[in-house]
Amino acid sequence: MNLNATLFAQLVVFFILAWFTMKFVWPPIMKALDERASKIADGLAAADKAKTDLQLAERRATDELRKARETSNELRAGAERQGAQVLDEARAEAARIVAAARTAAEGEAAVAAQRAKEALRDQVALLAVAGAERILRKEIDAAKHADLLNQLKAEL
Amino acid sequence: MAAEHGPTASEYIVHHLTHFKSATQTSLVDWSVFHVDSLFFSTLLGLLAVFVMARAAARATSGVPGRFQAAVEILVEMVADQAKGIVHSAESRKFVAPVALTVFVWIFLMNAMDLLPLDVLPNIWASIYGAAGHDPHHAYLRVVPTADLNATLGLSLGVLLMCLYYSVKIKGLGHWMHELFTAPFGNHPVLWPINFAMQLIEFVAKTVSHGMRLFGNMYAGELIFMLIALMGAAWTGTFGSGLLWLGGVVAGSIWAIFHILIITLQAFIFMMLTLVYIGQAHESH
Repeated sequence: MNLNATLFAQLVVFFILAWFTMKFVWPPIMKALDERASKIADGLAAADKAKTDLQLAERRATDELRKARETSNELRAGAERQGAQVLDEARAEAARIVAAARTAAEGEAAVAAQRAKEALRDQVALLAVAGAERILRKEIDAAKHADLLNQLKAEL
Repeated sequence: MAAEHGPTASEYIVHHLTHFKSATQTSLVDWSVFHVDSLFFSTLLGLLAVFVMARAAARATSGVPGRFQAAVEILVEMVADQAKGIVHSAESRKFVAPVALTVFVWIFLMNAMDLLPLDVLPNIWASIYGAAGHDPHHAYLRVVPTADLNATLGLSLGVLLMCLYYSVKIKGLGHWMHELFTAPFGNHPVLWPINFAMQLIEFVAKTVSHGMRLFGNMYAGELIFMLIALMGAAWTGTFGSGLLWLGGVVAGSIWAIFHILIITLQAFIFMMLTLVYIGQAHESH
């Protein structure tokens, strides 16, 4: 507990150390701390901005989606309408073709029937002659009785 | 070991409480004597403190800090916050805050010397001293600079000088002189000497209590470590001495753990009082 010159030596050491700290320790660390603080602040601001941007982008995407849906609906309605029209036209065309075919077939059938009728008449005439020949047991001159036969044919 | 008798308890303690000094001191105050051990350890630890911090400062970046950098930054921010709350002058803080940081780390390290095993450094010193041809019984060494009143009063005197400097710088010499004679009781010719006496007492009390508080705590702590060491040294092979030895181990552990709190707390208190006193020098009455 003796007081001596240690006291003043300690005092001098104290100020030298304090000066050293003030010069070489304190400023770089405070600078780093301040810089980091501003960096963090910038980062937070950037994050906020990114969040706002994201919201904007989402809103725009929703708009685009809605617009696309509307367009596609329109397109589909148009296509359906057109399809129905094409179908109707095709149906009408088909009906027309069927009708024409029927008319043609009916005409052909009538012609064929007429032809068959005529062929039948000829055969019936022959048969009648053959029958008559058998019945009369006598030769009949076909040419001589052509008039008679033709008359008979017309009556059939 | 066998030839010499061991020191008695009081010899042991007196030996541990004797400084290694430049000359024998006979009077209570002798400005021609140095405590070589206190100066050696306080300077060594002070240099260690500032160079470790300077290393952190040199590598400090604003990027992601490493653990060492983060630890130093926590310390610096703690001191910076305290300084900001107490000293309301950004210009003064440029010097005062680093002073507070230096004081805190330095005193913490000096206090922490108490946690080293009591006899390690003195024994090493005794063997060196003996090898150099001196009597190893006179190889005195005290390793805790803050348990030396000269060291702590040196620090508090430094704080007093800073208080006086900032009083003049902030208030101006005239205003400060006016304040010395008119505060705390008021401006009246009869009160001037009383005011001045009060101010002088205040400065002396501040400075002495500032240094004495740290010294007293560390000196008492050191003394208790010595007593505990004596308990451990009581081992002679008997059952009772075995109990004493065990008590020494338990008490030493408890006191060392408690001392971790004390050394930190005392360093913190010294730093805070430094800031408070310098902060008061900035305030007008």
